[in-house]
Amino acid sequence: MSIKVSNLTYTYMKGTPFEKIALDNINLSIETGEFVGIIGHTGSGKSTLVQHFNGLLKPTSGSVYINGEELAGKKASKLKSQVGIVFQYPEHQLFEETVYKDIAFGLIKRGEETDEIDRKVRKTVSMMGLSEDILSKSPFELSGGQKRRVAMAGILALEPSTLVLDEPAAGLDPAGRDEIFELISSLHKNNKMTVILVSHSMEDVAKFVQRVVVMNKGRIEMCGSVRSVFNKIDELERIGLAAPQITYLMKRLKKKIPELNDNILTVAEAKAELEKYIRKE
Amino acid sequence: MIKDITLGQYFPGDSLIHRADPRVKIILTLVIMTNIFLIDSYLAFAAFAGFIVMAVFIGKIPFGYTLKGLKPIMPIIVFTALINIFTTPGILFAGYGPVRITYEGIDIAAKTSLRFVLLIMSSSIMTLTTTPISLTDGLERLLSPLKHLKVPVHEFSMMMTVALRFIPTLLEETDKIMKAQASRGADFDTGSMFERAKSFIPVLIPLFVSAFRRADDLALAMEARCYRGGEGRTRMKQMKLSKVDYKIALSFLLFEIVLIYVQYFKFHI
Repeated sequence: MSIKVSNLTYTYMKGTPFEKIALDNINLSIETGEFVGIIGHTGSGKSTLVQHFNGLLKPTSGSVYINGEELAGKKASKLKSQVGIVFQYPEHQLFEETVYKDIAFGLIKRGEETDEIDRKVRKTVSMMGLSEDILSKSPFELSGGQKRRVAMAGILALEPSTLVLDEPAAGLDPAGRDEIFELISSLHKNNKMTVILVSHSMEDVAKFVQRVVVMNKGRIEMCGSVRSVFNKIDELERIGLAAPQITYLMKRLKKKIPELNDNILTVAEAKAELEKYIRKE
Repeated sequence: MIKDITLGQYFPGDSLIHRADPRVKIILTLVIMTNIFLIDSYLAFAAFAGFIVMAVFIGKIPFGYTLKGLKPIMPIIVFTALINIFTTPGILFAGYGPVRITYEGIDIAAKTSLRFVLLIMSSSIMTLTTTPISLTDGLERLLSPLKHLKVPVHEFSMMMTVALRFIPTLLEETDKIMKAQASRGADFDTGSMFERAKSFIPVLIPLFVSAFRRADDLALAMEARCYRGGEGRTRMKQMKLSKVDYKIALSFLLFEIVLIYVQYFKFHI
């Protein structure tokens, strides 16, 4: 499912002394099945932009199109349900008595049949790698990583075709982090979902996404393939961002060993490159 | 969504009134409020309105902001005015059958409405030019003599400060949770009153959970910094009366003399 944003401007608290332009004339299009990363400094407008994708915020001017149809008016609520947003710390939105009820919340709101709800809840739970035992537990007695997966399940149960994730791994331990990202990339690969990842971690972005959008002060500063964006280290650093750490390491190594390739973004790539060099020796 | 609510309604600025000591502002506002109930000649009202407009001007607050506070109590003003107009006995101005409008009624209605408007405006000038934190600080200092009567003044003001501090945080949190629930199908705007109230449960429960978590964290952080109540506690920001305060107090005194003169000795309209 494609998302197109044209001339989008958004102003917070318009007409008060606290007025702030959060998005300034944004043009962007995301194609079906893409895995896009959005990076930027805190307050660069990433979260604001993402909240326009399912109509949580209404553009001050400009428009958002989903599958070519404008996200406004009568069709809006149907188009909205195509885009699922997983907010930062999604476990803070859990509220029901049992995990089952919490995951079913959106489906019940949508007015689906009971057995259809049951099927979807169980399907998402297994997709999220959770056991069915927890369905009858209270969401508040789960561990941090489990809570997060339950919260994500509440959104995935609605079967959106696009998934937006805002810092999905924030506050998780390394193991939990890997699990979440494995899950996300399997959703992208196996379920053919369009995934938009908002993140501060250049490593995660470099490892998983295909295309990167760099935001700065409410504008799109750069947009392109992961490799082309992370190649412009100076520009990234100028706006308070950076390349993945492994890239810096490889650039340093290249100064000692000139025949190394320093266009490296992930640890796996670095490993392969170094092994190749060592074998040649 | 909810971010558009201005609470505490402080209007940032650097005017004479902004810089004044909160204690001075609190006392003056109290005096002004009592004054509003003591005056009863139109000339005194006019003088008062002039004074308040001047204060708004000196405080560099957009005029519309001071009137904003009037909106919620407008029905009350209109209601009392109507009651006064129709129920006060006196010399007939106009009437039809049992409906009688008297000169006295119009007079009382006009004056009560004016009192309401002036009250709201003068108190908004104080809240618009003082941060909530310095207001509670000022209150604490003003009420500190009550400590001798074993009233826990410091604790109360600390509670108020903490509460005020967390209003924007909780509003932000509410906004976030509402958005999160809205993106999985919650609907806050349609349905009957009962349905809409019910639709807030998915917001309220997470909000309470997070409020308790925050309270816990804050208590721990305060304890880690050795907070143990008001006894023997010194302040980082000492409140001191400055030139600005004397200026304001003096000009207010002048105004008060004019007001007393207008009210009691001359031009009794």
